[in-house]
Amino acid sequence: MPTTASSAAHALTDVTASDGSLRRFLHGLPGVDTVGLEARAASLGTRSVKTTAKAYAIDLAISMVDLTTLEGADTPGKVRALGAKAVHPDPTDRTAPTTAAVCVYPDMVAAAKEAVAGSGVLVASVATAFPAGRAALDVKLADVKDAVAAGADEIDMVIDRGAFLAGKYLKVYDEIVAVKEASGAARLKVIFETGELSTYDNIRRASWLGMLAGADFIKTSTGKVAVNATPANTLLMLEAVRDFRAQTGVQVGVKPAGGIRTTKDAVKFLVLVKETAGEDWLDNHWFRFGASSLLNDLLMQRQKLATGRYSGPDYVTVD
Amino acid sequence: MSDKPKNTEKTSEKTTDKKAEQHRRLSVFKTYKLYVGGKFPRSESGRVYEVTDPRGTWLANAPRASRKDARDAVVAARKAFGGWSGATAYNRGQVLYRVAEMLEGRKGQFVQEVADAEGLSKAKAAEQVEAAIDRWVWYAGWTDKIAQVVGGANPVAGPYFNLSSPEPTGVVTVLAPQESSFLGLVSVLAPVIATGNTAVVIASEKSPLPALSLGEVLATSDVPGGVVNILTGGTAEIAAPLAAHQDVNAIDLAGADEALAKELEIAAADNLKRVVRPQPVDYSATPGTDRLTAFLETKTVWHPTGALGASGSSY
Amino acid sequence: MASAMDSAFAYAPAPESRSVVDIAPSYGLFIDGEFTEAADGKVFKTVSPSTEEVLSEVAQAGEADVDRAVKAARRAFEKWSALPGSERAKYLFRIARIIQERSRELAVLETLDNGKPIKETRDADLPLVAAHFFYYAGWADKLDHAGFGSNPRPLGVAGQVIPWNFPLLMLAWKIAPALATGNTVVLKPAETTPLSALFFADICRQAGLPKGVVNILPGYGDTGAALVAHPDVNKVAFTGSTAVGKAIARQVAGTKKKVTLELGGKGANIVFDDAPIDQAVEGIVTGIFFNQGQVCCAGSRLLVQESIHDELLDSLKRRLATLRLGDPLDKNTDIGAINSAEQLARISSLVEQGEAEGAERWSPSCELPSSGYWFAPTLFTNVTQAHTVARDEIFGPVLSVLTFRTPDEAVAKANNSQYGLSAGIWTEKGSRILAVAGKLRAGVIWSNTFNKFDPTSPFGGYKESGYGREGGRHGLEAYLDV
Repeated sequence: MPTTASSAAHALTDVTASDGSLRRFLHGLPGVDTVGLEARAASLGTRSVKTTAKAYAIDLAISMVDLTTLEGADTPGKVRALGAKAVHPDPTDRTAPTTAAVCVYPDMVAAAKEAVAGSGVLVASVATAFPAGRAALDVKLADVKDAVAAGADEIDMVIDRGAFLAGKYLKVYDEIVAVKEASGAARLKVIFETGELSTYDNIRRASWLGMLAGADFIKTSTGKVAVNATPANTLLMLEAVRDFRAQTGVQVGVKPAGGIRTTKDAVKFLVLVKETAGEDWLDNHWFRFGASSLLNDLLMQRQKLATGRYSGPDYVTVD
Repeated sequence: MSDKPKNTEKTSEKTTDKKAEQHRRLSVFKTYKLYVGGKFPRSESGRVYEVTDPRGTWLANAPRASRKDARDAVVAARKAFGGWSGATAYNRGQVLYRVAEMLEGRKGQFVQEVADAEGLSKAKAAEQVEAAIDRWVWYAGWTDKIAQVVGGANPVAGPYFNLSSPEPTGVVTVLAPQESSFLGLVSVLAPVIATGNTAVVIASEKSPLPALSLGEVLATSDVPGGVVNILTGGTAEIAAPLAAHQDVNAIDLAGADEALAKELEIAAADNLKRVVRPQPVDYSATPGTDRLTAFLETKTVWHPTGALGASGSSY
Repeated sequence: MASAMDSAFAYAPAPESRSVVDIAPSYGLFIDGEFTEAADGKVFKTVSPSTEEVLSEVAQAGEADVDRAVKAARRAFEKWSALPGSERAKYLFRIARIIQERSRELAVLETLDNGKPIKETRDADLPLVAAHFFYYAGWADKLDHAGFGSNPRPLGVAGQVIPWNFPLLMLAWKIAPALATGNTVVLKPAETTPLSALFFADICRQAGLPKGVVNILPGYGDTGAALVAHPDVNKVAFTGSTAVGKAIARQVAGTKKKVTLELGGKGANIVFDDAPIDQAVEGIVTGIFFNQGQVCCAGSRLLVQESIHDELLDSLKRRLATLRLGDPLDKNTDIGAINSAEQLARISSLVEQGEAEGAERWSPSCELPSSGYWFAPTLFTNVTQAHTVARDEIFGPVLSVLTFRTPDEAVAKANNSQYGLSAGIWTEKGSRILAVAGKLRAGVIWSNTFNKFDPTSPFGGYKESGYGREGGRHGLEAYLDV
């Protein structure tokens, strides 16, 4: 089983010794054939998940949701409502599992902590000048430290996509290492913004770069750009964590975020997890959904399974 | 468009006029509208013109499209081009065939409209409409074959793989024939979109109604909005801005007379539009591939193969 | 396999409903637009390979029936070939559309009769069948443009014999181009999978196809032999084993019959060290386990560059462990049943021979259903060119893994076969793809993909994999007097 993230760095120390060696390593990873990858993702999307399997998947998916609000208009009131929803997703049915976490901006962490206190729901905070990440490193680190000081259990950082696309891999790496250190005990999710990295080869390279730098989770996207989580880019990242564990013994989590709105979508992602990374990842310690509207659809489907009738938006809470 | 039930007239002779009025059902007229971007707008100009049958009987008012309608149609056609040209040839074939299926179901309406528009007997009009339906089928079958007929591998003298494939030109303005209001229209429109182009069509000026009704069929035939845009009004008035439009890639001048054609061809030269000049065409005859190839570009791709040396080191 | 080791998130059974297809207790021969009994009254049973349940009893055509069917086809030929191409086109378009409409029913039927997973009949077989008719429909009135000169003429009556691995798709490959070009058809489906062809007869009826244009004669090999031998057959099209293909080639010697043969294969799937590995693994799996490996163009020989052998094999084995074998009607089944007891016996015997010759056999842990004909996905490693499992077509879910060191060696080994139907090339280097493809003696070469089919694309083999091409513009030639 996985040990700690730092041993990964030991296993592949040479790789990160210099910009040159890091580049050679990342560019030496096997290529990705776009058509083949997307065909595989689509084919797994045809799995038919029914009855008991569906009930299990819905509860598992609910437990994996990082219930998210990342708006300029966020207020403590909005965050409290979100926290309450995370703790009791379905007020009419207390058997519904809690979500994994709520995900907010750093200045809302304290309010979020209060809202979920004692429930086991974690508080994740985006940081590092989310979503663009265009700030000096010390500003980003201050952002992280703020969130951690306010009690964040998890930090969702964004990588410097500009540096990545310019080929300055070591800069990206060093920044992740620094954020990891600043995060202390909080688990670190590294957001690549896959829509901006554009190619699957880049996504595979970013995945390895993030894992080498000590990411606890690799995450697709911020939810703020046109293309966010897709079955194909998530499948690719699941292959990366699978291969990374095989090579280093370190298990890293995966978090697709943005664009996953329906139960049907969520179940497809769980199928990807099961058939790519494997059962070890079918747990909210290792897989998350960054989402907001998804939760209500999961709850409506859950009600449908329980009662046999289709539910409607008036029977889940608006938060 | 007279649909007075005959036996009602008979009874009216026996009864009072007032009672006859009670019996006779007043038909609902159709408001003919343009077809642009998958929607049915009235003309931006707010103007219409009278459409009559060859004997001068009023049939309907048709929208008189302005240069702004033309501009909107080009925007819609350009927006649709990526998706339509990127669809598989098989998919486009299915969609064109669907048009034929939908037309078959509304044959009666088109026979009536063509008969009225061109002053034909029902039987002659039916021939025109049936030929038009079959023309969609003909072009449905071409979508996934034209590349096999006009494209192919080229045996270049060197270690290269070399393949030429046709690609659609882009947005094509089509001046539909003035005389053949439906069969002629279909004969010039279908080949344009079969290969993945999108079209801005200017319908026959004096017989525009079958074209506008075709828009209704296209809208319910899985043809994505914007792939075909249909304008009615003064051909010369609408064609001028389209011939000069920098975002139009080609123009079919089938519906232009000699003077207009020359004028439009000169305007089209500004951005080197591909131009099909007007020529006498027997629309009842099976077409060739001319109208398909007129709006195709040929793309040739070179790729090294490595030499076939004995050592194999080159691959 | 997956079903055995599933923990919490186990897929519940998701069976496609059998009730969407109504199979009659018995079927006749389809001759001249009518279902009739065989002249000698013979019948045979067709069973579901996944359960051994008898699905129906089917008339078995004898020589007299063949003669009757060929005569019907000859009578129909005169009018059919004289129809304008545009009218023949419309019949074929109708057939294509009816197949699309009835595709769910036909997919279930095919899965029941053949044993292949519903996922495949639903997502591969049926869409391809409809597409094939759609494509050739469009050619019917465009033959002047097909490159065979103006007004090319049909041959006459086509005698067509098809295999059991893609029953309806092989029917489409045979019938669609034949009808488009103006020929009429007598077709013999395989004895283990006659039902979809008989349902197709009903589709011809719905489409209003003139009587006698399509005739369907279920039967065994002797029925096929009688059809091929019939003096009034102008064209023979056969898909099946190389042994039968050779017999047909001898049989038609000295006649004017035009022949196309689509026979066996031992496709090499060549994986270079710079391949996109995850996609290559998928391609290898698709290459050999699609349709339980009962595919003439299967990638049954994996040629892997020695430098990545271990890594690739690890990935491949891990992937095989996720394959789900079982009820073909379950939408989550990846591997269905072997088509017949005979085929299962042949696979088993060749696999035993492989073991006896020293190749190393591996399968994922896998529970096979108690009834029906099943074979677990199987790998052979330590295979050399001398092993039987590297040379003979197994026609089952069995992959032989060989290694190579250089591209030259890969090409030499790939070509070292009596067959030449298909090959795969996996590398990110474009020039290597084209150079290797240029040297391979095979009719269909896939690079960075495998087992892709399209009606526009010609298919057929080199060497003992047969001659003639089906599909595409090239597929017309086999049915034209050119």
